[in-house]
Amino acid sequence: MQFPENLKYTSDHEWIGPDGRIGVTEYAQDALGDVVFVELPEVGAEVQSGDAVGVIESVKSVSDLYSPASGRVARVNDQLKEKPELINQDPYGEGWIFELEDAVPGDVMSSADYQKQVEGD
Amino acid sequence: MDVPVIFERSRPGRRGVRFDAHHDVPDVRLEDVLPSHLIRSTPLGLPEVAENDVVRHYTELSTLNYGVDTGFYPLGSCTMKYNPKINDWAASLPGFADVHPLQPDSTVQGLLKVLHALEEGLKEISGMDAVSLQPAAGAHGELTGILMIKAYLKDRGENRTTILVPDSAHGTNPATAAMAGFQVKVVPSNDRGGVDVAALRSLVDANTAGLMLTNPNTLGLFEEDIVEIADIVHQAGGLLYYDGANANAIMGRVRPGDMGFDVVHLNLHKTFSTPHGGGGPGSGPVGVKKALEPYLPYPRLMSGDDGLHWDYNRGKSIGKVRSFFGNVGVLVRAYAYLRSHGAEGLKAVSETAVLNANYLRQQLSDAYHTPYQRTVKHEFVLSLTPQKNRGARALDVAKRIIDYGFYPPTVYFPLVVEEALMVEPTETESKETLDRFVEAMQAINREIDESPELLHEAPHQTVVRRFDEATAARHPILTWTQLQQEG
Repeated sequence: MQFPENLKYTSDHEWIGPDGRIGVTEYAQDALGDVVFVELPEVGAEVQSGDAVGVIESVKSVSDLYSPASGRVARVNDQLKEKPELINQDPYGEGWIFELEDAVPGDVMSSADYQKQVEGD
Repeated sequence: MDVPVIFERSRPGRRGVRFDAHHDVPDVRLEDVLPSHLIRSTPLGLPEVAENDVVRHYTELSTLNYGVDTGFYPLGSCTMKYNPKINDWAASLPGFADVHPLQPDSTVQGLLKVLHALEEGLKEISGMDAVSLQPAAGAHGELTGILMIKAYLKDRGENRTTILVPDSAHGTNPATAAMAGFQVKVVPSNDRGGVDVAALRSLVDANTAGLMLTNPNTLGLFEEDIVEIADIVHQAGGLLYYDGANANAIMGRVRPGDMGFDVVHLNLHKTFSTPHGGGGPGSGPVGVKKALEPYLPYPRLMSGDDGLHWDYNRGKSIGKVRSFFGNVGVLVRAYAYLRSHGAEGLKAVSETAVLNANYLRQQLSDAYHTPYQRTVKHEFVLSLTPQKNRGARALDVAKRIIDYGFYPPTVYFPLVVEEALMVEPTETESKETLDRFVEAMQAINREIDESPELLHEAPHQTVVRRFDEATAARHPILTWTQLQQEG
């Protein structure tokens, strides 16, 4: 499994990029199975790291989406409304979920540490 | 072979029954009696079929059903046990089935006596002081119970905002708490699959309204620390709610009331023998300790000089939660079940349910991974991560089991176990049935290495094959009109 080195990761399997872009990891999409619905946060909302800001529904389960950082929601990936499968197909690219302005990351870890956590699971 | 939908059998003008014009009934022009905007101008869009088309169509569909009357149904968390037919006989007696809920109480004393006796029986089994039979399902009982806790705390002048729920809980627990207006805090499990007591201690505070707990929990494991757990919540000023979904494991052996629970619901459609699985009807009576009795839904069944009657005058009651008195047919079945077993019989039920689950778990443990090395109660959870690494997911194994003639176990629940497959054999299955299931599961485990495509494409022996669940969820087609337009 790929965990790009330029991203930071949470123990809840979200990633955050240097530009404040946020999504779920390859491991998360594999564990979730086919994603069928995504409830996105609202643009403009102020969120704290660790807040449940959205919902990801797959054929297996319904899971909360936790924000890995504090900040203001600048953009959301509207494409996911029609094509939630992008999360499965391209979790670090077209499957991004939302973007924070002035993001202050909470409890995040490096790619290497996240890989260790996932392999330890 | 695909089964056509009834609309595909439709032919213009075909009818089940034709009526001759009745000469003694005057013709009525709709326009004379109804305003024009209420008169339909478009075709009705119903299938036009003969009577035998309808009978054959639905009879054919009924032969495709799989239920506990057809075979083994080890759907974990659902207690799909065989329901003795004598209970149906009792529920269909005219004195129970052919009465109207608005009849005067004096004309249905027999039925009221049965309901009263059932309340008494459920009090005894759960260790509670009072019971309402009104809630129509398990989650309905949960909501009733949590609303009672809320009303009780409010009356004491306490505005507590949080309900605690373990991470292994049924999804209905947090949903219930949220519906009742509480914040949900999740309590993690420890490495033995129980509530992490230290974490619980750090989570309770002056805002804790209560803890919702299933015991045995969804992993089939008995909460060993239940007395300590109850103390922690009570000392913080909260109450304990018992989700009785797993009562089939403990009935007659241990009582939620003695474990420290304040409110309980029991699923009569699971533990007390009513067929379920098709969406009902169910029944989820709630029991409470004395302090919460005033908050039970009204009407309450009371006895007076003229026998039993429904009492609507209950000042502190949270109100009615269902029309009339609950699903009475299910209640009669439950009473028949209680009486036909008796106290010793009910103990034997839970003992055999636990014995069957442990036998099955032991027999499967060579081929499948059991994440918690503990004796279980009525059900157990396997983790199919090793199978997934060999090329077949829990879903594939579940689908393949259908080809061996069994209903598949629950998959992907509880969420705390990866690739979970959850098996609940119940007490009504023989050793021979359990052994056949073990053989099938072992054969499937071998197939993963020998011919994995058998699993990926399963089921093979059914009328419809593997569903595309993702597309069905993303773009559901739910009506005939929609199918014609989009299908």
